[in-house]
Amino acid sequence: MSTPVLPPSEKRKPALPIWFFIGWLLLVYGILLVGGGLYQLQHPPDTVLARLHATLWAGGVLTAMGLLYVILYRPGRKSRHE
Amino acid sequence: MPLIALWQAGQQLIRLHPLDLLIIVIYFVAVLIIGFYLKSRTRSGEDFFLAGREISAWVAGLSFLAANLGALELMGWAASAYEYGILAVHWYWIGAIPAMIFLSLVMMPFYYISKTHSVPGYLKLRFGEPTRALSAVSFAGMTVLMSGINMFAMAKVMQVVLGWNLDFSIWVSSATVAVYVGLGGLTSAIFNEVLQFFLIWLGALVVPILGLVETGGWSGLKARIAANLAGTGASVTSYTHLWGPLASFRSNPMGIHWTGIVFGLGFVISFGYWTTDFLVVQRVIAAKDLRSAKLAPIIGAFFKMAVPLIVILPGLIGLGVLYHNGHGIQLVAEGTAQAGQHTYNEVLPLLLVRYAGPGLLGLGITALIAGFMSGMAGNVTAFATVWTYDIYRPLLKPNATDHHYLNMGRWSTVVGVLVSIATAYMAMHFNSIMDYAQALFSFFIAPLYGTVILGMLWKRATGSGGFWGLLAGTLSSVGLWAWVRMSPAALSVIAFSSDAKPMAENMYRALWSWIICVTVTVAVSYISRPQPEAALQGLVYGCTEIPSEGDYPLVQRPVFWGAVALIVLVVLQWIFW
Repeated sequence: MSTPVLPPSEKRKPALPIWFFIGWLLLVYGILLVGGGLYQLQHPPDTVLARLHATLWAGGVLTAMGLLYVILYRPGRKSRHE
Repeated sequence: MPLIALWQAGQQLIRLHPLDLLIIVIYFVAVLIIGFYLKSRTRSGEDFFLAGREISAWVAGLSFLAANLGALELMGWAASAYEYGILAVHWYWIGAIPAMIFLSLVMMPFYYISKTHSVPGYLKLRFGEPTRALSAVSFAGMTVLMSGINMFAMAKVMQVVLGWNLDFSIWVSSATVAVYVGLGGLTSAIFNEVLQFFLIWLGALVVPILGLVETGGWSGLKARIAANLAGTGASVTSYTHLWGPLASFRSNPMGIHWTGIVFGLGFVISFGYWTTDFLVVQRVIAAKDLRSAKLAPIIGAFFKMAVPLIVILPGLIGLGVLYHNGHGIQLVAEGTAQAGQHTYNEVLPLLLVRYAGPGLLGLGITALIAGFMSGMAGNVTAFATVWTYDIYRPLLKPNATDHHYLNMGRWSTVVGVLVSIATAYMAMHFNSIMDYAQALFSFFIAPLYGTVILGMLWKRATGSGGFWGLLAGTLSSVGLWAWVRMSPAALSVIAFSSDAKPMAENMYRALWSWIICVTVTVAVSYISRPQPEAALQGLVYGCTEIPSEGDYPLVQRPVFWGAVALIVLVVLQWIFW
């Protein structure tokens, strides 16, 4: 648990923005849901309103959001919220 | 014991698909990666306990809200909406928004200018060591108790819904929180809370969207609720309107009068929680500058107003769709369920099963787990800070190095998690954990609000007044609670009606304890020697010059967005009156 204390003069590299982590997670989830949603087109789940293909739609939204965040907040690009 | 045997236990409501399990596992891996990544950046006490005071307004604002969005909050309020109808929205609107804006515009400058590490730390500066010690000990105790209660509630739901072993859920989730908070401190907790905020929203949105599609929109949902209430004697108005049913104790399912909502909830409970509960205030104190610290609660306020979409609306949808045309299931109260019956607390998982197929269901369950972990991380980081800075440093080991306190913060995180686990096992013996949690809250937070608000706004308040007022308020709250348990007739004295439900009793008890705290503080202050004004600079209105937020146009100022949030709040009250 012990952490070495560095001299205050040592400059820290800026942290990767949290939005970048969020982007990657949403992108991975989005791809998984799109895959699941495509499978469910042929094998619909036993849920109410399965005909609306909510998994596929949600996967599409998450993939788009994830891509947007990964690109906007990639390392080396100046972010707006960090 | 094989891992699979540890994990599975008995019958379950939901059978997860491998895709659902993959989504849950990826979530656990992601939060641990963030913890390990941030460990190398946590080098001082300021980094560990206050995230280096480098957090932007957006991150602080979302984290401020996510720390409050625990599993108990998500499932508990969905259950309350099923039981009490739309009245539960009061806890999100009048019971939160004015207090968040007050924190931003009035109180935040004092927390920020005083450079305090914690709310008890502010009380030390304002009232002296005894008041800090009293508030720190009561807050630390309340925090681990609440953390344990949240943990037990989550593990119980995972057991009922997924068939997961209670011990497995408690130990795996707690160990994950201990690792990522122990490594990266408040920064790690805040980063994960923002991540969890996204997951909670994305995982839970499927229920209100598909629920409204199924019922044909808001008017269709009201028609279904009316059909289900036919013959029960209850009117649909009392379940779908905010203020109309509050004219008397008997005209609404909560058994509460509008005075309890306005004064008990809107004035004491809400202001106490959002302005003095260090669990949430810590996120805002960590902001990078005063303007960000003031903007953060206002950003949180806008999202808070929207949370009923994923919490209260699902409860109402459950009321409309789970039982329809004489078919389906009717949920019952905890403790009265027979074999095969479901309780109010299961309304959200039941709706997830109804609408979410493989993959989407995993995202919904991940949202519940994320809610639990954000709530627990909030409690644990607040506990570690108050223990290290307000109990250990002043009372046990003053004058140690910053490195020593940093390591103490890490170890106290682990100890806080272990004590929370012990509390979770204790919570199994309580009949109604929600009542227990609310009672704890009214014991400690309502009087604390009286002490802090007088300290900030009234320069005549003295150290003795602050201490004795806080002690009297806390003891009277515990006393009022015990009085009703020993003599149920006392309910009509405390809550003005024998029809008052536990939720209503909590509101009035909080109001009384606040009044007693304020009265004793004022009385003792007038008979004790006033503090010199020079000692109150930076701590009290009238003795403090508030620094400029910078030269920003009106639309970038906290006061502008605070006013917009209040206007939206008023419009929402009018729409759902």
